[in-house]
Formats: sequence, structure tokens, C-alpha cells
Amino acid sequence: MNKKFTSDRGDFKTAFRAAFPGTIPVLTGFLVLGMAYGVLMQTKGYGVLWSVLMSAIAFCGSMQFVAITLLTVAFNPLQAFLLSLMVNARHLFYGLSMLDRYRGLGKVRFFMIYVLCDETFSIASSVEPPEGVNRKYFYLTISLLNYLYWITGTFFGGILGNLVAFDTAGLDFVLTALFVVLFIEQWKNRRNRSSALVGIAGSVLSLLVFGSENLVIPAMVIILTVLLMGKERICTSQELKQY
Amino acid sequence: MHLTGTETVLMILAIAAGTIITRFLPFVMFPDSKRPPLVVEYLGRVLPPAMMGLLVVYCLRNVKVEVPSHGIPELVSIVFIVLIHRWKSNVLLSIGGGTLLYMFLLRNMQM
Repeated sequence: MNKKFTSDRGDFKTAFRAAFPGTIPVLTGFLVLGMAYGVLMQTKGYGVLWSVLMSAIAFCGSMQFVAITLLTVAFNPLQAFLLSLMVNARHLFYGLSMLDRYRGLGKVRFFMIYVLCDETFSIASSVEPPEGVNRKYFYLTISLLNYLYWITGTFFGGILGNLVAFDTAGLDFVLTALFVVLFIEQWKNRRNRSSALVGIAGSVLSLLVFGSENLVIPAMVIILTVLLMGKERICTSQELKQY
Repeated sequence: MHLTGTETVLMILAIAAGTIITRFLPFVMFPDSKRPPLVVEYLGRVLPPAMMGLLVVYCLRNVKVEVPSHGIPELVSIVFIVLIHRWKSNVLLSIGGGTLLYMFLLRNMQM
């Protein structure tokens, strides 16, 4: 599945122009949520330095919100580490999905893996670099911008606190909308449909059985099991020969 | 601030370590230089659509059908996104329009 038709040449500027528009929804969502995070940290007595450090080093949106509670109880880094492994377990599947796309990208690959979040995975696994656009710079732009959006949002939340005057309620729906649209984009390709359905059905089942707080890991197990056992039905006959 | 500076730094590093492991593990297990096993290539091909489904469900996990607003703003906005995306196929238009509609419904629905 190597994307041989895309170029390894071409400059950064062209790749940046091609990749930036796709990240605009993340810009909106991460500024809003990042600010919310900065504000929340502020209310617990952790100023802008701490919230930005957390965002820059750990860079794990939902886990960062979970961790706010951990910063207000007795010091227990082992618990924080184990919880972080669990909350972030979904990244394992993102990595498996990006092995091929992130192949042969040199040193920047390290950075791209370091910052591989939900949104970057969603865009990078759904969008192909246009013809003649440098593949490395295209993926790097997506990773770098999304990373910077989150830190910038956190920074403004940390310095402005609750001063933000306009009502942003519901603006974070932009990330839900992003995932819905990228789901449709995946759906357009007929060969993706059965695994897309497995994803929805497995997650809904997990939500009903395990509840909203613990849905991700059981959902991953269900999805993995069904995808592995249903290989013959999910693959096209041509793909079956390949795998 | 409940913890000391040093304790906070250690907490940040502990959380980062958990995240880093989950992000790097697949790439360490299946290094760039070698071709991964076929089953891993198969998973790499079928996981993205499935995970996109998981992310959509995850985003909607806290929607309560039995209490106002009964998940109606979410449902209406997603139907709108699907329709406008099939019609215009413009990613930013679908996402922007869907989000604005959701914000409008959130403010104007009395139920």
C-alpha cells in the first residue's frame, strides 16, 4: 500500500498550503478546549506555566482533563502513569494504522509519533497528499499545526482565565463534526464500509455494556476481535490474496 | 496549587510517559526497516474507518436521550452534516455549518 504516486520532493511552503485548510476545524476546537483546559488549571491554582508545560510535554487532551483531578489529591505518579496508559490505549491502533503512511520520513517521524493525537490521526489517515506535494512535509504540517493549536489554546486560557467574554458553548462540537465528516470520507470508499460499521457497532455495544466512562478499551477489544475473525468477509477477494 | 513544583513536574512526566508508550509502541514493535507481518498490514488498512466510528461514538457518549434536550441538537446537526457533505463534499463547509447549527439549536431549543 505504499503511496508511490506521491512525491518525495517539493517544498515545505506548497505542502503547508495543501495541508493547512484540513486543520482549520482542529484550530477552532483546540483553541476552545485548550483554553478551557488552561482556565480549569488556573482555578486549581496551576498557572499558565504549568498548563502549558503539561500541554507541550504530555499533549494528550482528554487525559490532561482527567489529570486535573490527580493534581489536586495526594501525590501519586504511579497511578497517574497507569491511568495515562489506559486513557491513551487507543493510540496503539493509531500507530498500527500509520505504520505505512509514516514510513521512510526520516528524523521528523519521531516528532510525528510523539504528537499523534486523535485529530492528527483522523486527518492523516483520511487525506492523501495531493500529487506533486511532498509527503513528509504534508504530514508534518498536520502534526505540527495541531500540536501548536493545543499549546496556544492552553496558553491563552492560562493567561486570560475567565476573562473570555463571548459564549463558546457548543463550539467544541466542531471536533465531533470533524470526526463525522472524516467518517463519511472513509465511508465513500466501498471497501471501508464493513470495518466502519464494525467500529460503530462495537463502540455502541461497549457504551451500552460498560457505560460512558469506560467505553474505549472494551470497544477496542471488540473491534479488534471482529476485524481479525471477520477478515474473509471484510476484505475484497483481491485483498485476501494480499494479506 | 496542591502539589509542590517538583511533584508537579514528576506528575507531568508520569502522564507523558504513559502517553509516549502508547504512541511509540506500534512503531517500535514494527520498525520502519522491516515489513510488518501481513496481519498488521491488514489491521493498518481496516482500522482507520473503525476508529473513526469509535471516535464519533466517543464524542457522543454523554448524550442523554431521556433528559432534555434528548440528544436532538446532536442528531439534527449530524444529519445536516451528512446531507450537506453528500451534496457539496466540502469538508470545511460541512464542519462549520454543522457546528453553527449545533450552537444555534443549543441556544434556541426549549424542551
